Amino acid sequence: MTINHMNFFKPKHQKDRNISLIMGVLFFSIGILDFYLNNYFNTNITSFLPRFINFFTPLIFSVFGLHLMRIEFSGIKILDKLNKNINTSNFNAVLSTSIILLVIVALPPLLNWFIFDANIAGDTKEACTGGGACWVYIKVWFNRFMYGMYPNAEQWRINVTFIAVLLFMAVGFFVPSKLRNYLSFYYTILLPIISFILIYYIISGGSFGLVWVETGAWGGLSLTFMVSFFSLIFCFPLGMMLALGRRSNLPVVKYSSLSFIEFWRGVPLITVLFMSAVMFPMFLPEGTYIDKLIRVVVAITLFEAAYTAEVIRGGLQALPRGQYDAAKSLGMGYWKMHIFVILPQALKLVIPGIANTFLALIKDTPLIFVVGLLEVVGMLNLAKTNPKWLGFSMEGYVFAGIIFWIICYSMSKYSQKLELKYKTDR
Amino acid sequence: MKIKKIFPQILTLLFIFLIFGFFTMNAQENMETRGLDFGFGFLKEAASFDIQFSLIDYDGSHSYGRAYLVGLLNTLLVAVIGIILATFLGAVIGVARLSPNYLIKKTASFYIEFFRNIPLLLQIFFWYFAALRALPMPEDATLLLGSSFMTIKGFYTAAPIWKNFDVFFVTLIIAMILIFFFARYSKKKQEQEGKQLPVLIISLVIFIGLPSLTFLIGGVDLSFSFPEIRKMSQSSYTFDGGFKIPPELIALTLALTLYTATFIAENVRAGIQGIGKGQKEAAASIGLTPNQVLKLVVMPQALRIIIPPTTNQYLNLTKNSSLAAAIAYPDLVLVFAGTAMMQTGKAIEIVGITMATYLTISLGISLLMNWYNKRIAIQEK
Repeated sequence: MTINHMNFFKPKHQKDRNISLIMGVLFFSIGILDFYLNNYFNTNITSFLPRFINFFTPLIFSVFGLHLMRIEFSGIKILDKLNKNINTSNFNAVLSTSIILLVIVALPPLLNWFIFDANIAGDTKEACTGGGACWVYIKVWFNRFMYGMYPNAEQWRINVTFIAVLLFMAVGFFVPSKLRNYLSFYYTILLPIISFILIYYIISGGSFGLVWVETGAWGGLSLTFMVSFFSLIFCFPLGMMLALGRRSNLPVVKYSSLSFIEFWRGVPLITVLFMSAVMFPMFLPEGTYIDKLIRVVVAITLFEAAYTAEVIRGGLQALPRGQYDAAKSLGMGYWKMHIFVILPQALKLVIPGIANTFLALIKDTPLIFVVGLLEVVGMLNLAKTNPKWLGFSMEGYVFAGIIFWIICYSMSKYSQKLELKYKTDR
Repeated sequence: MKIKKIFPQILTLLFIFLIFGFFTMNAQENMETRGLDFGFGFLKEAASFDIQFSLIDYDGSHSYGRAYLVGLLNTLLVAVIGIILATFLGAVIGVARLSPNYLIKKTASFYIEFFRNIPLLLQIFFWYFAALRALPMPEDATLLLGSSFMTIKGFYTAAPIWKNFDVFFVTLIIAMILIFFFARYSKKKQEQEGKQLPVLIISLVIFIGLPSLTFLIGGVDLSFSFPEIRKMSQSSYTFDGGFKIPPELIALTLALTLYTATFIAENVRAGIQGIGKGQKEAAASIGLTPNQVLKLVVMPQALRIIIPPTTNQYLNLTKNSSLAAAIAYPDLVLVFAGTAMMQTGKAIEIVGITMATYLTISLGISLLMNWYNKRIAIQEK
């Protein structure tokens, strides 16, 4: 970007430039200093100026300073870089200054609240004396936010199960290349079964000398992980089948997949959860009872499968026709063609889309409060109403926000990396 | 060969019939044992519950059907406000992300990465339970812009009082129709003669001028009623007059707007980036000014990329507005699938109606979108 509005002196000689530069820096510093003093020391060094422009003086001074600093090819590297990046025109100078001033207003109070005035020592409400955040609250309730109402003495079971499942998930990295072909079978069929068995026998308990813990007591972040893990694993194959079904030549298959997809995409998740909570039991034979958690996982799976299907369909559509024709000319049937030629290429194309769907899934899990399951956000709302700990909702939400942000942000960055890795030129 | 085609279809049909048959059979049986009957007659019965915020006349003596309407209107209200605000914010942020200014660019991408990686429900809770609860009580509220108060109980602002509003409204519609035809005429003129009329300015003149004429000759009059503080009891105050926006609506709109704007911003950015450099250079080389390049060459093409995914976001926003139930904003889900269902126990009918409503909105908008997409698609020869 070129600098298209030089400052109005248009200094030609080195000496003039230097004067302009020094004046610019001076004005800019006065503006910033004025603003800083105004905000934090309640003094106004520009109070001699008329009242109506007083409010804008920091902005006016700094922008004028930036204007004077705008010297083309000054020979000073830092200045050139500065001009090129934040000071290309007067309009940009105003915007940059506003942002700098905004940071000056917002950052110190935020930092004070977060760190300097915050309390973390102690374990009662009375320990929070500062004006900042009361991280004691988070510390005291940490176990609840992570494990829900799961008994404290039994929480190691959740940890053990999670580590075990993670190990089983990591199998793909260590498998010898001979067995590589069976990996997709392992991930779509064996892994869910193994994890289910692990969760059923260890977290649920009831046998092997472990105490039975009903699913109503599960909660916190671990529940978020469980729900999103299973929905994620199940919605992928289902979505794939639906995507293939939607592109099928057989009218019945095509239109039933289409209506299935459009139905789930057309309704909000909260109504789907309502349905699984109040309507679904009516559809089951008298006396059968399906656990709440399973109903929720099924509901979320069906819901997200429809979105996954649309994403995968996009990938299928993006493949050139030649791929289909080539596969057919080799004498491959429908399934052979899709499994060995079409899907491996299409799935590569849709990695970012799938990652976005999964992110949406994780961000949707707090909704399960509708059926009375309390994951992190639900636990926060519960803890907030505890009479001993009233008035700390801000800390709670900020804490949960940070957790979710870290999860989602790292996932989206990872998916961007995968996208680059699998990018093949065509 | 034929069998190969028919067999999977029959299997699919059989599968669907079996599932549906199984479910309906059970439902019938269950309803019989519980003494429930299926039917929509309850919609005419008196609802006998109150709704805190409603756009139309409503109280407990009205029917469930009316309650449904109140909920639907509240949902649509949030959706429309949210869509308008999110579009503006999203467009600004999207353009800012492409700014040559380093600070602006970073701020925009910080905003996007921040708000879109936090669950919407959490954001709604944050605004409602944490941020808005920090506002002052009515008696401590400061006057904003000479007319409004921002308090913990909601936003109180001046309410317009119209005289002969219908005349004003009709003129407004006439002005819109005039603008529509004028835009078409000027486009035709541009295509035929290459002459450009100042469409924006003339449209603005029509849009502002015509309705304001009614103040002079149509007998239309506008005055405002301002909120005034009144002592209710020893320590509780309230506002009289004016117009009140409940905090639930503010929190919900704020969260929906901030969240959806991030996605719209990404669409806008992708759309503008999707226009090849050659297009701009070609336009500049035939002598168009930078503004004309943007208006006549870049925007029409960028909109083609931006609009379809953005409509999807509008749909998402509408569906996400159902999270209102979590903070007790009386939207369709809370009023109908919540309160009305608890009272009547008609789970199947009510959840069915609620889902059908959302489905109608979604399908309606997607059909509209498909039609629009076909219309603006580049005709390849």
